[in-house]
Amino acid sequence: MVPRNKPYIAFALLAISHGLLLLAGFFAPYDPTSQDRELPFAPPTRVHFIDARHKLHLLPFVYRWRANTTDRGYHEDRQTVYPVRFFSQWHFFATDPPAKIFLMGSDAYGRDQFSRFLYGGRISLFAGLVATAISLILGMILGGAAGFYGRWLDELIMRAAEIFLTLPWLYLLFAVRAFLPLHIAPNGVFLLLISVLGAIGWARPARLIRGVVLSAKEREYVLAARGFGASDVYLLRRHLLPEAGSVILTQAAVLIPTYVLAEVVLSFFGLGVSEPAPSWGNLLANLRQYGVLESYWWIFLPALALVPVFLAYYGVFSYYGYYRGYYFAGDGRDGTRNSLSFMPPAKA
Amino acid sequence: MPFLVRRVLYSLFLLAGVSILTFVLVDLAPGEFFDEMRLNPRISKETIAGLRSNYGLDLPLPLRYLRWLRSVAKGECGFSFSYNSPAAPIVWRRAQNTLLLTGTATLFAWLIAIPFGIWSAAKPGKWSDLFAGGTLSILLAIPELILGLLLLLLALRSGYFPVGGATSLNFPQLDFWSKSKDLARHLFLPCLCLTAGLFPLLLSHVRASMTVVLESPFIAAARAHGIPRRRLLLRHALPAAANPLISLFGLSLGALLSSSLVIEGLFGWPGLGQLFIEAILQRDFYLVVDAAVLATIFLIFGNLLADALLYTLDPRIRDD
Repeated sequence: MVPRNKPYIAFALLAISHGLLLLAGFFAPYDPTSQDRELPFAPPTRVHFIDARHKLHLLPFVYRWRANTTDRGYHEDRQTVYPVRFFSQWHFFATDPPAKIFLMGSDAYGRDQFSRFLYGGRISLFAGLVATAISLILGMILGGAAGFYGRWLDELIMRAAEIFLTLPWLYLLFAVRAFLPLHIAPNGVFLLLISVLGAIGWARPARLIRGVVLSAKEREYVLAARGFGASDVYLLRRHLLPEAGSVILTQAAVLIPTYVLAEVVLSFFGLGVSEPAPSWGNLLANLRQYGVLESYWWIFLPALALVPVFLAYYGVFSYYGYYRGYYFAGDGRDGTRNSLSFMPPAKA
Repeated sequence: MPFLVRRVLYSLFLLAGVSILTFVLVDLAPGEFFDEMRLNPRISKETIAGLRSNYGLDLPLPLRYLRWLRSVAKGECGFSFSYNSPAAPIVWRRAQNTLLLTGTATLFAWLIAIPFGIWSAAKPGKWSDLFAGGTLSILLAIPELILGLLLLLLALRSGYFPVGGATSLNFPQLDFWSKSKDLARHLFLPCLCLTAGLFPLLLSHVRASMTVVLESPFIAAARAHGIPRRRLLLRHALPAAANPLISLFGLSLGALLSSSLVIEGLFGWPGLGQLFIEAILQRDFYLVVDAAVLATIFLIFGNLLADALLYTLDPRIRDD
């Protein structure tokens, strides 16, 4: 679609967003869990260049938020000017205390939403990447074995895959989630959750890889290698699975955002990463209270900031998918179900 | 064996697999409904043990599965601990709401996607096509959760659409016309959200499948015979392009149920998904199993319907 002819836009977006998250310690001005009970639900800090006496400043500066006496809002205290300091104390930007710089406002505990967004992205994206790796590895092993050995093993694995594909996957995820303790700390149990996430997604990559292996194992060079006495494992590793490289790449571009979203959805419903650890789902979970959603618009900013990340992943998928002719493979020439197996997976 | 009989048998096999899988998974979960009672010093251990054996929770898993099957046959589908009643009526009431929501959303999504898809396939490269491509990729990429939150924000700010529940408090007192209006107003936002999530997927497939058909030789021949454009598109091309779309109808149900799980939780629509999340949080064993199995039944039924449609429309499938 749109990004198809300009894949570098999607790639650049991905590189920028991942760089920001990777260097969260540098780009985030505050610790994601440090609270400021004086400043709950403070709106985003306004960055100024011209002060109250109409004097132009070369570098941007901020004012301090002070709570209103009449309502629960805030006003700027124009008495003191707090310059924004770049590259000070290993942070990209910061300002002098007691002033605070909240690019996305603060939440109910006065925590900086921008810092939480960056640090939370690390957790969410890590979940997505690890779960994707697990899915793809499982898919490669099972799909490769099914395609290579055929017969009853193929039948068994593909029937099992169909059960996993038949279940509405979010229902499946929640049912599997029920298998873990209700409160999940961001350490061992979290890893377990990620593994579960990855493990239930093996079916689609396995089916695709099986298809590739099935067609590749009849090629002449594979038969020749077999004739020279190559072992099964060697054939799979050296000749068959590399054929599936582009399928795996395309699947990764689909699975990563899907799993990131799975974390977001789980945490949104209070079944994922538990507070105070930041994650994208936890940030959105603030919006579950209608009152918060209605009164404090900046709590919505993290949700909007997620959109470019998903767009970038979709762009990469759509580029590779189209390039390899997968995206529109449901062309109906054979009218079979399999022609649709390249369909983008269920959105959550 | 006839095609359809084979499909039905296969669906039954799938259903058995799914129900066993859910049963095992939910049983593996640490903790159960009576854990909170255990913390209460006023309830004796014997009482809890009595309750557990009453509900059959002390039996081994295979026996419990058989008991559950028997209660399904009786039409009770197990017992809900938190509602303290047979599970079937609770699940069924919620399922009706989910069916209403997803059914309406599917209907609208297809009604919009088919004409738009034909239109954009008929004029590749024109603005309609480009517009479709642009908006679609954005809609496809944005998760429904965010879309839903945005709609929720608009609804709360404008105050026109009610948020939460499927009906107003005074619903039983209303006459038929006001009842439908009330329901429609509650249905509007979640339905819009689901439609917006489903429609781009459908549109891209309608467009792709129409494009392929329009490039094929028989269309060129028909065009050379001077068949008018509209007749060409609707009578000649569309039926030829329908096959993958019918399969897509079956497959898209899974995506739809998954998104409706999120949307229901978000908008407080009292459907199956919301019940499912509640039941997980409360460790209400049979409700979790029933909701998961029922969602699968919807899915399997949708796929069967798609198969039956394909069977009637496409003679190539009748290979027997």
